Amino acid sequence: MTQKSIPAKQPLLDWLRRNVAKLVVAPTFALMIFFVYGFIAWTGYISLTKSKMLPSYSFEGFYQYIRLWKMTPWNVAMENLLIFGGLFILVSIVLGCLLAIALDQRVRAEGVLRTIYLYPMAISFIITGTAWKWILNPGLGIQNTVRSWGWESFSFDWLINSEMAVYTLVIAAVWQSSGFVMALFLAALRGVDSEIIKAAYLDGASLSRIYLVIILPTLRPVFLSCFFILTHLAVKSFDLVVALTGGGPGYSTILPANFMYEMTFRRNQIGLGAASAIMMLATVMAIVIPYLYSELREKKHD
Amino acid sequence: MKKLTHKLAVSTALVSSLILGAVNVQAQPTAEVLHYWTSGGEAKAVKALKEDFEANGGKWLDAPVAGGGGDAQAAVLRSRVLSGNPPAAVQIKGPNIQEWAEAGALGDLTKLGEQEGWDNVLPPLLQDIVKHDGKYVAVPVNIHRVDWIWVNPEALAKVDGEPPRTWDEFNALADKLQAAGIIPLAHGGQPWQDATVFETVALGLGGAEFFNKAFVELDADTLKSDTMIKVFDQMRKMRGYVDADFPGRDWNLATSMVMRGEAAMQIMGDWAKGEFIAAGKEPGKDFLCIPTPSKGGYILNSDSFAMFNVTNDDDKAGQELLARLILGEKFQETFNLYKGSIPARMGVSAEKFDECAVKSMVDLQASSEAGSLVGSVAHEIAASGAVRGAVLDVVTEHFNSNMTSEAAVARLAESIELAE
Repeated sequence: MTQKSIPAKQPLLDWLRRNVAKLVVAPTFALMIFFVYGFIAWTGYISLTKSKMLPSYSFEGFYQYIRLWKMTPWNVAMENLLIFGGLFILVSIVLGCLLAIALDQRVRAEGVLRTIYLYPMAISFIITGTAWKWILNPGLGIQNTVRSWGWESFSFDWLINSEMAVYTLVIAAVWQSSGFVMALFLAALRGVDSEIIKAAYLDGASLSRIYLVIILPTLRPVFLSCFFILTHLAVKSFDLVVALTGGGPGYSTILPANFMYEMTFRRNQIGLGAASAIMMLATVMAIVIPYLYSELREKKHD
Repeated sequence: MKKLTHKLAVSTALVSSLILGAVNVQAQPTAEVLHYWTSGGEAKAVKALKEDFEANGGKWLDAPVAGGGGDAQAAVLRSRVLSGNPPAAVQIKGPNIQEWAEAGALGDLTKLGEQEGWDNVLPPLLQDIVKHDGKYVAVPVNIHRVDWIWVNPEALAKVDGEPPRTWDEFNALADKLQAAGIIPLAHGGQPWQDATVFETVALGLGGAEFFNKAFVELDADTLKSDTMIKVFDQMRKMRGYVDADFPGRDWNLATSMVMRGEAAMQIMGDWAKGEFIAAGKEPGKDFLCIPTPSKGGYILNSDSFAMFNVTNDDDKAGQELLARLILGEKFQETFNLYKGSIPARMGVSAEKFDECAVKSMVDLQASSEAGSLVGSVAHEIAASGAVRGAVLDVVTEHFNSNMTSEAAVARLAESIELAE
């Protein structure tokens, strides 16, 4: 069929040939318009109403947003997002990058090490959370073990300390994601032209200088991809909190997604839940839009 | 005799529908029952209801939704109602019943209620919960008592302690226990558990009138009153009586601390009894159940089934049959023996119930007559989900930080106002 050239007399086939790509994409596109953008619009509208148990459609302006920002739990959730998100992204990237550089030194058993570092990524946050809950529990995990070795005054009780509990989320999330960041960096490092590195060696540059001045700057796109992947992971984090701390002690470790779930599904406050969901969307947008803008502008320069 | 006629009716219906094809000669009571009782004693209890329903000629369509203490079920229910196809009977409780009734989604069982004389057998507080505008829209299945202290008698004996009758006695006893190296209070640091302790303290120090004014009428002055400050002061003391590892602990793990004698007491509803019984412990001997200090008060939690608007005759007959069975003495007895609670109606024989349940029945009657019976806040009977959530937020924040009682009452009034 494909070997024969299709005569122009067959307009249908011709049309199909030109449009087959569009046709294949169309259903997905239509579904996405409806289920993603359609529901974003619906949520946006609901956030402007006084919907409680059932959605209502009478417009009430920004009532829910004013209420939302007056609520202490929401402010705690946003603060936590800032602390958790900031540290999670920073530590994951730094740690992932260092691991990748270490593995890039042609160490023995690199394959095995790479797999070990990458494996946590294959585990769901629920499992990660549960495992770390046991490890960090003062009565069962690290604290108990160290004390049983004889260091009686050792104390590591972050999990049950409302000031420190949010950092346990960072520990678990970094453990899970830094291997993934490492894999991205490692792939990029392998793509760096070895001629440049050899040339730098001949010029007498030290290894650390080669990495800092020559290699890392060429990895800028990888930094950016990591940043965006980790950002959206941070903003939509929900299951890790549920499994690791349950939002506690008190509600000191809730994140915006937990707040949204609690309001919408437990407290019959659909309007308020929608407002918090829109605020989460706005957080992501605030980060993604400048990025898209700069990317698109750069293309024009080319 | 009644059973026989029902059986006859069913078989006639069956035979005639076989002969006449799709023509329905007589309605078969049908009920689709949406519930979240999917584990252990609860599942057994539902099965008892199903068997009873089927023995009376009904057709039971089981629609269990597991998980989240009913959160998942609520989502299913919402979408079913919005699509115009609600299940006949749904396990919902407290102010949720009123919210669905206001949305016009619930049917009316008043006629049946009059025939069966529900007004005479249900405690007035419970009637308020299952009635909307004076019409029966739901039927209660059970009553759980929330304000219990579960005590390990051996731990108590070690310090020559007596079960406390006032909160001062409670504090004195707890101090003695602590000095003897026993954890006075087994507690799990989850918001609903903090609130469970909080409401027993609020009823104990303030009394039923204060309790209702604060959490039902949501009166700002009462919420900020000196009595409420004292309640938070007592909560601060309670915080000193729990062990360091309490945050996040599940309630049943706290119960087993009492069983093992590591801790002396736990404040928890009577579902904790199930844990003791399952471990082969005997009430009165291996563990004691005593009400929290409150001068004859009683905090009630109750599960119920709401009957949704159905148009089909089969479904209507099914709802009536189900409602009649649920409030019947036989089902109330079997179900509550499985569940560990007590019957929602009065006049059920107490013979087969253990001593804790019997005490609960006697106290219920007495407190209902004395007006000291209140609905639980922590378990969503007295207050709507939003108000309950606001109370939980403040109580758990106070319990887990160094917040002063004065700051806590101000925050309480503010959160409740925002929640409405």
